[in-house]
Amino acid sequence: MIGIIDYGMGNLFSVSKALERIDVHYKIADRPKDLEGCDGFILPGVGAFPDAMRALGEHGFIRFIKEKVAEGAPVYGICLGMQLLFESSQEGGETDGLGLLPGSISRFPGIDEDGNSYKVPHMGWNQLKIHQPEQPLMKDVKDDHVYFVHSFVVRTEDASILYATSDYHMEVPAVIGKGNLVASQFHPEKSGRAGMQLLENFCKVMCKQ
Amino acid sequence: MLSKRIIPCLDVKEGRVVKGIQFVDIRDAGDPVELAKVYDEQGADELVFLDISASHEGKKTMIDVVRSVASELAIPFTVGGGIRTLEDIKETLRNGADKVSLNSSAVQRPELITQGADYFGSQCIVVAIDAKYDEDAGNWRVFTHGGRTPTEWLVTDWAKEAVKLGAGEILLTSMNQDGEKTGFDLPLLKVVQEVVSVPVIASGGAGSSEHFHEVFTEVDADAALAASIFHYKETSVQNVKAYLKEKGVPVR
Repeated sequence: MIGIIDYGMGNLFSVSKALERIDVHYKIADRPKDLEGCDGFILPGVGAFPDAMRALGEHGFIRFIKEKVAEGAPVYGICLGMQLLFESSQEGGETDGLGLLPGSISRFPGIDEDGNSYKVPHMGWNQLKIHQPEQPLMKDVKDDHVYFVHSFVVRTEDASILYATSDYHMEVPAVIGKGNLVASQFHPEKSGRAGMQLLENFCKVMCKQ
Repeated sequence: MLSKRIIPCLDVKEGRVVKGIQFVDIRDAGDPVELAKVYDEQGADELVFLDISASHEGKKTMIDVVRSVASELAIPFTVGGGIRTLEDIKETLRNGADKVSLNSSAVQRPELITQGADYFGSQCIVVAIDAKYDEDAGNWRVFTHGGRTPTEWLVTDWAKEAVKLGAGEILLTSMNQDGEKTGFDLPLLKVVQEVVSVPVIASGGAGSSEHFHEVFTEVDADAALAASIFHYKETSVQNVKAYLKEKGVPVR
């Protein structure tokens, strides 16, 4: 059973339907006690970072997620759900994140090293560059295109957490992980074949569903 | 590198696709979900569903269509047509759409753009603009209500205003070129590209693969939308993409 963390800020419909397509049982709940006993957890997220941290706190999920990660339970953060795992974000003023991964979130500068401006958000299909194909999450994931939509981006010094990146005027962390804690900047359920493969690997390989 | 997006557009009326679509091997040619699957298989990067239902029941049915599409497809899709209130935006996105497209309602109540963007983020809010060249003004004028109603807005001003209010993308249709199949309206796209910082989807006029190449190389549009050229099987998404790839345009 996969537990989907519902703190009022995720597109739960499409991710839950994607799990149904790969025959994985799931439970959606907005309180930690209702998700106890699940084999793995998905942390979705759309919207603004400060609102999301507040909502996570109000639903009692901050401690819950930290405990589950400490216990080694598989957790998959999606989109904003990935960004929340880091130390802090500049979105809407400096806000602390869950601090489970090293790095911070800042806005795409919108201007490259040569002084040329480019569009923000990073929106559309971009190709993955796989750095750690041996990770269980990356099994059979090729350098396919996945669908990005984001204005804020992870900055980290720790290359060991970068499973895959993508190039958008800078190296964009696309799939990251540290042990059983994994995440993707893009929505796997909206990213065609590669995205579905990631979800399947998380549920079936990492959570053994 | 970001790839250029090819987006088929489906008109949906009372839950059924309209505009004579000529696919073979589909049991129910009017079913939006079946057609969406076909375009997905062809490599469509995104889909747009335009609800042209006249009745309240038709609008309700559209939500079922949205749910079915979101249940079965792993590519993003946009829903437009008749979205007038923040409640409409919420209902559409909560049932699985990735973006909503606002047209007449955005001109009538510009605050709707901001409300939607504040609530769900700019990336969910597409402002669709129908523009027609106005000889006297020497510029393009914005029309609403399916091109029937002229407004006071010039296209560059409205596009800038829409982005300022929170639009995350502009879907720009040339009324002059729409249905002509003689190519996208490059001058129109150029003036709008120059004044906005968000992605622009070119619409209206696609008649061949060359036209897609033109719009991606000459005005650097981020995406191109087409309806009849795909519906009538004059070409397919695959063919267009194969052509673009050969010409060095990045596609998925």
